Amino acid sequence: MASFTSKPPKIEIKYTQIFINNDWHKATNGKTFPVINPSTGEEICQVEEGTKNDIDKAVEAARKAFHINSPWRTLEPSARGKIMRKFADLLRRDIEYLAQLETLNNGKPVTNSKMDIMGAAACIDYYAGWADKFTGETLPTTSDMFLYTRHEPIGICGQIIPWNYPILMLATKLGPALACGNVVILKPSEETPLTALYCAALIKEAGFPPGVVNIVPGDGPNCGNAIVLHEHINKISFTGSVEVGKKVQEGAAKSNLKRVTLELGGKSPLIICEDADVNFAVYVAHEAIFHNAAQNCIAASRTFVHSKIYDEFIAKSVALAKKRIVGDPFDPATQQGPQINKSQFKRILNYIESGKKAGAKLECGGEKANDKGYFIKPTVFSNVKDDMEIAREEIFGPVMSVFKFDSYDEVIERANATNFGLVAGVLTKDLTRALKFVQELQAGSVWVNTYAAMKAQAPFGGFKQSGQGREFGKYGLEPYYEVKTVAIKLLSKM
Amino acid sequence: EIKYTQLFINNEWHKAAKGKTFPVINPSTGEEICQVEEGTREDVDKAVEAARKAFDIESPWRKLEPAARANLIRKFADLLRRDIDYLSKLETLNNGKPVGDSKGDILGSAACIDYYAGWVDKIAGETLPGAHDQFIYTRHEPIGVCGQIIPWNYPIMMMAWKFGPALACGNVIILKPAEQTPLTALYCAALLKEAGFPPGVVNVIPGDGPECGNAIASHEHIDKVAFTGSVEIGKKIQEAAAKSNLKRVTLELGGKSPLIICEDADIDYAVSVAHRAIFTNAAQNCTAGSRTFVHAKIYDQFIAKSIELAKNRVVGDPFDSNTEQGPQINESQFKKILDYVEAGKKDGAKLECGGERHGNKGYFIKPTIFSGVKDDMRIAREEIFGPIMSVLKFDSYDEVIKRANSTSFGLGAGVITKDLTRGLTFAQRLEAGSVWVNDYDAIINQAPFGGFKQSGHGRELGKYGLESYYEVKTVVVKLI
Repeated sequence: MASFTSKPPKIEIKYTQIFINNDWHKATNGKTFPVINPSTGEEICQVEEGTKNDIDKAVEAARKAFHINSPWRTLEPSARGKIMRKFADLLRRDIEYLAQLETLNNGKPVTNSKMDIMGAAACIDYYAGWADKFTGETLPTTSDMFLYTRHEPIGICGQIIPWNYPILMLATKLGPALACGNVVILKPSEETPLTALYCAALIKEAGFPPGVVNIVPGDGPNCGNAIVLHEHINKISFTGSVEVGKKVQEGAAKSNLKRVTLELGGKSPLIICEDADVNFAVYVAHEAIFHNAAQNCIAASRTFVHSKIYDEFIAKSVALAKKRIVGDPFDPATQQGPQINKSQFKRILNYIESGKKAGAKLECGGEKANDKGYFIKPTVFSNVKDDMEIAREEIFGPVMSVFKFDSYDEVIERANATNFGLVAGVLTKDLTRALKFVQELQAGSVWVNTYAAMKAQAPFGGFKQSGQGREFGKYGLEPYYEVKTVAIKLLSKM
Repeated sequence: EIKYTQLFINNEWHKAAKGKTFPVINPSTGEEICQVEEGTREDVDKAVEAARKAFDIESPWRKLEPAARANLIRKFADLLRRDIDYLSKLETLNNGKPVGDSKGDILGSAACIDYYAGWVDKIAGETLPGAHDQFIYTRHEPIGVCGQIIPWNYPIMMMAWKFGPALACGNVIILKPAEQTPLTALYCAALLKEAGFPPGVVNVIPGDGPECGNAIASHEHIDKVAFTGSVEIGKKIQEAAAKSNLKRVTLELGGKSPLIICEDADIDYAVSVAHRAIFTNAAQNCTAGSRTFVHAKIYDQFIAKSIELAKNRVVGDPFDSNTEQGPQINESQFKKILDYVEAGKKDGAKLECGGERHGNKGYFIKPTIFSGVKDDMRIAREEIFGPIMSVLKFDSYDEVIKRANSTSFGLGAGVITKDLTRGLTFAQRLEAGSVWVNDYDAIINQAPFGGFKQSGHGRELGKYGLESYYEVKTVVVKLI
């Protein structure tokens, strides 16, 4: 049964300042901001609030660290990989503490925090391996020329990450940036700065030279915006909403044309065909939407079910949703913690109302799960129509929307009828059907008979307005180096 | 203390099927260190059986997540570093190289293993454009049972160069260390077991060439053989592979590598590079810079300074931290090298220094320099594998390139010059797998290494090093 402990466990908060040049700094404007525990709605602590002046400081430190003769620039590539691997080892070393801190600040169950940390360490390890392996080319040309490309680090990379996977997002951004030899200014989400700051201490312990990684907590408008507009930041990578992503791209264009990669939201379809094993489908669909309290850019928020298995699917999904244990994320029995904050909480409940008003059938859930904190019951709507708000807009909350279909050609069109295009899943045993879906679904990742199959070596990113550029895999390196072509003419006889 | 002297099959220690052992000699003294079980055809058959089981599609090794395979490989590298003190002493006892060099080799080996551990989850096939009703892609699959035969000059490092790419691609291995130097390979086998490799993934069978190595080269159920050694044996390996089951073959053979010192080279720098290019590892180096071409304008200066450096080279007990050069590996090599000294003298080259034994125990030879060497002399054409620097004069750059290339070897080549065009033109025209400008023996884990012409085929190290360890499967799925 769900438990909602009113008192969170005692977890020591070690780092609440701004991390620049391997040092801890107070905010230049002298302000701090509160960090909330979403399980209780209560304040955990205050954290120094970074704004433009702090970003400027970080840029200065990063610049020095990127100087061509700096320790970082003169490191042997395999040595760079080694320091990264050391950071990964430290993440694993401190996994117990870090997992608790992540759960305290984000609300995800502790087991999920641990999984995230292991995944983060594996991602860093993966990219550590690339440090001495990403190559330029020598190119064929006339005999009096030597023609080749160099893949050089871009320089100062601004990285703005969201609150749904604080540690994992940090690793996903740092990995490729550091592998390519860049220097970084990372702004964690204002909701969840605590684990990023602890990781900063680990980064220092791992042996990264000062200024290579700087972490500046702060909000979007004053801190994130300062990064976006900065004349001396060479690249920005942003994960968050489409709305803010567009602003990031605009800001980059208006300032210095810094390179931009965006990983934005989704309204990802999971298509369950008539030959799918229903129990398997129910289980996959359940995890696909409800994992991480549905605070997931890849959440399968449109579940298309073939009419032949529709009723059975609904009944079983409702039963599974009702069994899902929502409660104190420190309780090992808990499967789902709170939503991140009051604003999201309200927003999700509004969508539920909207769904009801539009005529979808509320099968279960649809309300808060507790008076304290931001817990919402796993909710299932059946008979959802494509034009409803809950069918078109990203909710980022535990609301499963189930649609009926009977034509495969049509369901592909319906699945694609969105500006999003992050991921898609399809459950079927038929080979041709699966491969056709793969060909025709407009999504950066298509998963067959599985969901959320994220791997460090597989590129991930959006079609259409779900973003641009890829993270993970070898492709994940591409936004982090600049290609220089060199031509040397052999001037005279020897 | 010698801990391991048996055959390593299936993560277990076995006595030889024929019940024989062979002596392992300390080249610093010529005395026996210990006896080691002698593997022959039957033992290779046992190892193949174990390897095949370990390669079964349902085996633990085949089912490992790539990142997990990488972690195992990396663990082995960590263990090499952990036991570096003992391992380096064992290497020096058996091979004779100075302890400092043994340590350098072990660190380089661990770095090579780490490098390949990083490739494991990055070996990618491709999806290919096809008709709209076709799905075409390639898979890079492990080849299977890989026979690996390594030489005695860098026992641990040669083992690491072979293990790295083979394991990264998911293969299983039967390694035969040189009969002169089996001891560190057997210790490393114990480390592999400790690291957690499943039984049968790596098997180590000490034995000789004719009985044991040949059994590997001609085995019907070994899928690939990688050999590092002499051209003569390399050719036999290729023949045996062809006669048996057409197993894939890669060869890293010898060299007679030129180092070309141009008129604008800094002489002191050139002398120091040339010295280490030939004398490193007592010249027991496939890439030894064994033909030193010096421009006429700086020739006399070069000779004088090289002699001085050679005379000051400290030859002696490899356990003494002052020693720069240990013994040659064994009596046979020792005699062969001294024969070449005689040949050089007979052919009219001028013996500037050295040319004889050092001390009266073990197989030590003094650093030797011949000047006035002509291209057609034996010492200019044949691989000596001993500390003899042969200096040849030149004055035309076009000509020296031709002279450097007129050999059936093609492993390494170096050129020392400040001139950009000259340096890059040499790089274009020298027929060698590695060309080093203003350096020599710049061996780096991410840079491919191997021979042109009869110095071998295939590449080791770098991404290229993976290519000989996977088989490409093309898949076409029709959407019906």
